[in-house]
Amino acid sequence: MPSNRTRRSGGGGWGRWSFAGALLLLMLFTLFPFYWAAVASFISDADLFRDPTLIPRHLIFDHYRALFTERDFITPIRNSLVVAGTTTLFCLIVGTLAAYALARIDFRGKAPIMAFVLAVTMFPQISIVSPLYLLLRSLHLIDTYPGLIMPYMTFAMPLTVWVLTGSIRQIPKDLEEAAHVDGATRRQSFARILLPLAVPSLATTGILTFIYCWNEFLFALSFTLGPERQTVPVAIALFRGQYQVPWGEILAAAVVATAPVAAMVLVFQRRIVQGLTAGAVKG
Amino acid sequence: MRKVSRLGSEARLGWALVSPALAVIALIAIFPLGWTFWESLHLHELRMPWLGKPFIGLANYVEIAKDPRFWAALGHTAFFTVVSISLELLIGLFLALAMNRVFRGRGFVRAAVLVPWAIPTVVAALLWRFIFESQGGILNALLVDAGILNQPMVWFIEASTAWVPVILADVWKTTPFVALLLLAGLQNIDLSLYEAAAVDGANAWWQLRHITLPLLKPAILVTLIFRTLDGFRVFDLIYVLTGGGPGTSTEPVALYTFNALLQNLRFGYGSALSVVIFAITFGLALFYVRGLGVRLGGEE
Repeated sequence: MPSNRTRRSGGGGWGRWSFAGALLLLMLFTLFPFYWAAVASFISDADLFRDPTLIPRHLIFDHYRALFTERDFITPIRNSLVVAGTTTLFCLIVGTLAAYALARIDFRGKAPIMAFVLAVTMFPQISIVSPLYLLLRSLHLIDTYPGLIMPYMTFAMPLTVWVLTGSIRQIPKDLEEAAHVDGATRRQSFARILLPLAVPSLATTGILTFIYCWNEFLFALSFTLGPERQTVPVAIALFRGQYQVPWGEILAAAVVATAPVAAMVLVFQRRIVQGLTAGAVKG
Repeated sequence: MRKVSRLGSEARLGWALVSPALAVIALIAIFPLGWTFWESLHLHELRMPWLGKPFIGLANYVEIAKDPRFWAALGHTAFFTVVSISLELLIGLFLALAMNRVFRGRGFVRAAVLVPWAIPTVVAALLWRFIFESQGGILNALLVDAGILNQPMVWFIEASTAWVPVILADVWKTTPFVALLLLAGLQNIDLSLYEAAAVDGANAWWQLRHITLPLLKPAILVTLIFRTLDGFRVFDLIYVLTGGGPGTSTEPVALYTFNALLQNLRFGYGSALSVVIFAITFGLALFYVRGLGVRLGGEE
């Protein structure tokens, strides 16, 4: 029996077939909604609910055209990019300093700080909607970019610090310690040694934070008033047609909103999984 | 002597580097939390500005205690959390065990399950609503063709059937996350334990019950914490899938609070609801950490 990560893949014919069957069903369950949304986004609204078949008979591109001509879906995409991008960048800058200290410097109070950061990532967003709304209203920041970026920090900052700290801890210390022995200051070892080594960690954390911001719904719904500043999730959720739910356009929009995230996930799969689980399951 | 002063300056550097992030978190997350509580002690109806903002003590909390819609919402939230998490743990465990094996297409499986996790919850909810939507929708067509249903169903007209897409969508979206956390736990288990058991003639089932599950317990508990707290703040999914309907029969506490705040503009009462949700979540977390002894990561 090979003693690497192979866990008994033998196990007899019956076990193997039922395993494969269950896995196949799960994959079908996972992929079907994507398949159907993608296919249906090319079917006319009139045909969508009239005896639908899994393999479409007639494909049209009208929904995608309507999305960018009649509906201006560009605006929510731009809003999402600005808000998620700015939040991620700011969190990475401030978060890197904190994560460096938490991962590399010995000082009292580190454990409570980590516990505090983790606790904040877990608390319910709804519990601060009312004061944030009143605060943003008194600052005239409702329906503005800063009025979204600021609230986004509440979950993005602790997330960034937590994931980045976990990730930096996994980078070996030897080089930095050698540099300290040779008389390098902390500033030098941080800038010249750790930072270049931490680029992949920063990228992973940035991707995770960006995805969380891109997907956020409650704050974006609460703190915007109209299509001008709505983000992608809010715009899609509030799509209205003249007479009925414009399913074709909604699905086309879903495909457009999902494709970049899905692509990122497929490319950075391994790193994302590491980033997600680094901090969580270690104890 | 020198060592002590060096440590002192290290500590100062540590705090200096951490403080900007902590300041941001305190300013925009912790301070508003206090404000919510202060707000909850007032009568504050944005629709009726002439009422002003009188201090009314705990009156909002008394109203909550007598509010049947709140208790119903709490029930819905608990129901949703328990059912969806049970399913997610079961399926997630299977997926994790599967992904821990070597088989052709493993990379594909890993990538495929990650995508539902990464897309916006709003989009996931819309995909599932579309599948269940209308008597002429795809699910009805498939179920009737397969002979499972005699005639198409209207899923969103009754609470009992409206829960089906809600829970399916949540299971679909979050099981990958559960599986990944469990997989990370599985990979920490020493393989020689299985080899020893196999030598002693233990079968796969025995190994699962006596090696895998006990050693996986910490990972399972961590997953439970994350998912319970997530379940209790469920909002996006139900807002899009059922809007809390039919009526308010699938409305969770977060949605009820959102409606009190931003639909009815009852800021005092809505804030009190927010405080209650926070207290429940906090209590649950404390129960897990203290009561069940869950150890969260971050140790050296």
